[in-house]
Amino acid sequence: MTASSAPTTAVAATLPEAGRSLKQKLARAERMNKLKSQLLILPLVLFILLVFVLPITSLLFKSVNNPEVVDAMPHTVKAISSWSGRALPPEAVYAAAAQDIQQAHDDQKLGDLGKRLNMEVAGYRSLLNKTARALPMDPAPKSYKEALTNLDERWGDPAYWQAIRRNTSTQTPFYLLAAMDHRVDDLGEISRSSPDQAIYLDIFTRTFWMSLVVTAIALALAYPLAYLLVNLPTRTSNLLMILVLLPFWTSVLVRVAAWIVLLQSGGLINSTMQWLGMIDHPLQLVFNRTGVYISMVHILLPFMILPIYSVMKGISPSYMKAAISLGCHPFASFWRVYFPQTVAGISAGALLVFILSIGYYITPALLGSPNDQMVSYFVAFYTNTSINWGMATALGGLLLAATMILYIVYNWLVGAKSLRLG
Amino acid sequence: MKKCMKALSLAVVAACCAQAAQAADLTVISFGGANKAAQEKAYYAPFTKATGIKVVGGEYNGEMAKVKAMVDTKSVSWDVLEVESPELARGCDEGMFEKLDYSKIGNKADFVPGAAQTCGVGIFVWSTVLAYNADKLKVGPTSWKDFWDVKKFPGKRGMRKGAKYTLEVALMADGVAPKDVYKVLATPAGVDRAFKKLDQLKPNIQWWEAGAQPPQYLVSGDVVMSSAYNGRIANTQKEGKNLKIVWNGGMYDFDSWAIPKGSPNKDAALKFIAFASKPENQKVYSQNIAYGPTNKKAVPLLDKQLVADLPTAPQNIKSGVAVDVAFWADYGESLEQRFNAWAAK
Repeated sequence: MTASSAPTTAVAATLPEAGRSLKQKLARAERMNKLKSQLLILPLVLFILLVFVLPITSLLFKSVNNPEVVDAMPHTVKAISSWSGRALPPEAVYAAAAQDIQQAHDDQKLGDLGKRLNMEVAGYRSLLNKTARALPMDPAPKSYKEALTNLDERWGDPAYWQAIRRNTSTQTPFYLLAAMDHRVDDLGEISRSSPDQAIYLDIFTRTFWMSLVVTAIALALAYPLAYLLVNLPTRTSNLLMILVLLPFWTSVLVRVAAWIVLLQSGGLINSTMQWLGMIDHPLQLVFNRTGVYISMVHILLPFMILPIYSVMKGISPSYMKAAISLGCHPFASFWRVYFPQTVAGISAGALLVFILSIGYYITPALLGSPNDQMVSYFVAFYTNTSINWGMATALGGLLLAATMILYIVYNWLVGAKSLRLG
Repeated sequence: MKKCMKALSLAVVAACCAQAAQAADLTVISFGGANKAAQEKAYYAPFTKATGIKVVGGEYNGEMAKVKAMVDTKSVSWDVLEVESPELARGCDEGMFEKLDYSKIGNKADFVPGAAQTCGVGIFVWSTVLAYNADKLKVGPTSWKDFWDVKKFPGKRGMRKGAKYTLEVALMADGVAPKDVYKVLATPAGVDRAFKKLDQLKPNIQWWEAGAQPPQYLVSGDVVMSSAYNGRIANTQKEGKNLKIVWNGGMYDFDSWAIPKGSPNKDAALKFIAFASKPENQKVYSQNIAYGPTNKKAVPLLDKQLVADLPTAPQNIKSGVAVDVAFWADYGESLEQRFNAWAAK
């Protein structure tokens, strides 16, 4: 576009009158072209917005969404705002709570409410259910404070009221803080979770560390193989390429199951080694970190090989020949002439493998022990098992954010422009 | 003319009602699989024969969201539903199930303790038990205490990756009587005690998540003993594998029948539940699948050899503990979280 505008300006300078209209025409034509090309990508943009950006954003919103208490206990929320949080709340709060719990029970909102408050204080769910069964009290008691405390002494414990007080807003940092092993304590200050509940910071570190190890191993294996594939005669390299791609087309689940069969203590590898007398006792190769690494590297290897291979394929062999014929040592010529040209493929492959590993779920779940699980395992746990979507999206959102930050750092260090997938 | 219209509309309404009444097939929803096949033999077909009410069998995966949607929109098309205990308790509290009239079902005292609930009646009893491979262990373990004895029984142990069942087992191994397990577990000191006990065994534990895994581990020799669901072990025994069950300290729980609130065939549904709770029908069910009958009177009708393999056999159930659903509803989340933190260290 800049190339075409240069002669236009030259013409416009010599013929000011005609030039201006020509320039305008050209500009209009270019605008039309631009618009047309934009119209062409419009369906794609809409598609990405509708099925990718929108659902993800609305899901991420769940990590701060906190409607349960406000929805089910409107009167209590209003009444409790005047309470300082010290000692026990006034009678008005008790009366409002009794009214709200009864209403929530009738509207069948008690389940959601109990679930949310049970996250704050274990046992809240049954307390609410027990209270709802006792309501309405007939005759209406003089003091709900007394009546509720008589019904269950837990209503006389400020901790249960503070749990409500912490949730009087429809937005909460609860899930995001919990996903970073922090919580809002009884005094309303942010503090670390107790050591027996703290888990996620370790899990995040582990996720990134394991992904890094997998990427490093995959790179170490893929680079020589890609080099071999490029330099072998076409027939042999095609055959090898099919061998690389074949597992790529097999279901991940099948491959994971196959690894269990191969690696287990009575499995093929262990029994062969025992038979050969190499080991006395079967090696523990699966249901630990080793098994996870073996399988993940195997599954992700093609993602490393293919970009490196395609970049290597485009490097003319004459560069190396020239370097060597000019007296450079073969290794030095490889390192200083050949290798720099493959960096684009390496960075593409490494980024691809790393990002895919971060989200791995099924392989660690089936082949690893509990201390090999990555963040995705807990996302799945909260989504499917405990149906705590706030926690699931908080973990998922943090993982997404951490990945984005890593990508930006990577981009800054290596430069995304150098990425080449083929 | 007006009269005519009135008569006509009345006739239409009457016709509609008649149709609704006629279409009173009973829809019974279960979890499918071998369990449903046994139910068809024991309950569905005989019920139709006895009452003339056609039973339409369906399957689901325990999604309470579906039931809630039906009840909330008052378009209930399921009449009888198989549910697990936590869902039964929750659904009952949230008003998703009808409260049952036991005068139409049977004597509450005939049922195994815990089977007759406000909103549901136990269909069968299943149990989480200690299982081992008798080909690998000549002298088997007899209790959870032996489970912890890695000197006498060297090798890995399989345990469910989760707080539920695992903490109970740890306490029983630490000497807590089965009937006191939940009392101890409800105190912070009891939870600490359970985790401390688990610490001792941690290097020797291989965790499982799906019920199919423990028999697999046992057969392949990856573990020497494991906690497992009794039905899965029974299936593997049928395949000729020499797996054994230790009933001492088994934790039993129920699958129950429930009626979604607003079912149009409530009476027929109650009749069905009553029919399925009769000892002679439960007998047929247990003959087809290794789950225990909830009606105590069904046990004497069964083959002695068969009874020995059922969770409800008197000698098996007496040393067992009933899973406390209310306890897990309250403490489940915090204990599972603590378990995850513990396991990941």
